[in-house]
Amino acid sequence: MIIGLGHYLSVAAILFTLGILGIFLNRKNVIVILMSIELILLAVNINLVAFSSFLNDIVGQVFALLVLTVAAAEAAIGLAVLVVYFRNRGSIAVEDINLMKG
Amino acid sequence: MSFQAAGYSLTPALPELVLTVSAMVLLMLGAFRGEKITGLVTALAVAMLVVTGLVVLWLPAGKLTTFGGSFIVDDFARFLKVLALTGSAVALILSRGFLEEPSRRIFEYAILIMLSTVGMMILISAADLITLYLGLELMSLALYVVASSHRDDAKSTEAGLKYFVLGALSSGMLLYGASLIYGFTGTVSFAGIAAAAKEPTTGLVFGLVFLLAGLCFKISAVPFHMWTPDVYEGAPTPVTAFFASAPKVAALAVFTRVALTAFPGITSQWQQIVVFVAIASMVLGSFAAIGQKNIKRLMAYSSIGHMGFALVGLAAGTQEGAQGVLVYIAIYVAMTLGTFSVILAMKRNGQPVETISDFAGLSRTNPLLAFFLAMLLFSLAGIPPLAGFFAKFYVFLAAIKAGLFTLAVIGVVASVIGAFYYLTIIKVMYFDEPKGAVDPVRTELRTVLAVAGGFNMLFFIYPAPLITAATAAAKSLF
Repeated sequence: MIIGLGHYLSVAAILFTLGILGIFLNRKNVIVILMSIELILLAVNINLVAFSSFLNDIVGQVFALLVLTVAAAEAAIGLAVLVVYFRNRGSIAVEDINLMKG
Repeated sequence: MSFQAAGYSLTPALPELVLTVSAMVLLMLGAFRGEKITGLVTALAVAMLVVTGLVVLWLPAGKLTTFGGSFIVDDFARFLKVLALTGSAVALILSRGFLEEPSRRIFEYAILIMLSTVGMMILISAADLITLYLGLELMSLALYVVASSHRDDAKSTEAGLKYFVLGALSSGMLLYGASLIYGFTGTVSFAGIAAAAKEPTTGLVFGLVFLLAGLCFKISAVPFHMWTPDVYEGAPTPVTAFFASAPKVAALAVFTRVALTAFPGITSQWQQIVVFVAIASMVLGSFAAIGQKNIKRLMAYSSIGHMGFALVGLAAGTQEGAQGVLVYIAIYVAMTLGTFSVILAMKRNGQPVETISDFAGLSRTNPLLAFFLAMLLFSLAGIPPLAGFFAKFYVFLAAIKAGLFTLAVIGVVASVIGAFYYLTIIKVMYFDEPKGAVDPVRTELRTVLAVAGGFNMLFFIYPAPLITAATAAAKSLF
């Protein structure tokens, strides 16, 4: 079997869906949400690199590198906000994030 | 070949460079001198935002591009950059009282707002998907930190956490859309996408939907508005004032630019989405605000509704529609900042009060404050001859000229229903028994209120400057 663009896109789509589901179905821990966000960004990177290779165009790989960099900054900020939150509430369980009802 | 000749001149990006370098210098200043110079850092930050605005206006006229065509400065960008810088500077002025409390002398606050503003300016000037993403993230990452800047307050940190999780999800969706658009058109530049996207293929439409979903999150349009009420309520009030003004300008700007310059070939595809989002936002903004008791939550629903009205202009997809969006967002920023200066002024015995019943009898305890708030609320409701009426007038006119009658009718009905909750506040202020005097209002709040209120009341006498600027800005997109 030849592995073509469609296979890469399917893997990325599955990872993306898992990431979204991980954010919405997870009732336990905010860390899991951060992991789900990383999963979404990795799905995007697979897409970008696959397209880049398929189109013979370098821009997709440049984009993927920038996404990686920004994802690291995003994770750092997310963890920092989480630490400040934990100091105030003493818990990072998702069901405890309920001071305001939205 | 020199960098200049290859299209890498730094001049078009000069305002961003000025603001970035000054933010870093101020960061050093704060890091070495400690929190006691928070006041000075904030004042200098406001000054640098103003200087940056002047640099934007000083740039050579016409359309400038740089960084290989990924960064564009046209009249559209100039108009919105000046607006975003004004919003940020005023929001920073409104924060002075908040930053003076000994426990909250955080000099990083002003620097984060400056960096977030740099992100907004990059976003407004973005001419390809990579620049768009980088600008959006620079803006958002600073905003997450600003939302939780009141570190010892459980509500503020919760607001920051919620904003972060949903914001990160939205940028993930936006990126997924960007990757699909790149894959199915083979380019990331808006001009290239416009040339390649003549037919609505499945992959391209998928990408478009994800991209627009991510952008809807940032302007808090329904169905991606869930974070707005919680973040507005939880974040410190000056931060809420900031969130409601400048970031909305930038996000709406990029929304307009993407829709009109990258996808003119498949207008009918994004038009359906924008029409749906506009109707849903207007209706939800009007109905959900009715039951609110907290004024900041109410302003959150109000801003959701206003973003719906602004999108009515974009749904038209014409130059007039784009002009309507620009006029709307400019007037919206003035109204919102004015209203928030009143909310910030509402303090009893040094403690801020936030429920609507706290406004009871304000007309007797502080008649001037009550009068200005009443005028701003009338303007938000869209009652002539105040500025808010003209804002709605231009977007609805564009929608009718584009044949979107249903959209315009639903918009007008939603605006009438929305007037109910604005009038409720006015009724509470003028006809309920006073709850006790409010503290004296700080000078900077009074100044902002006078300017914003004056603009709203006197706009109809001399509307030409704003309308002319908006027309020129809209023209540069087509």
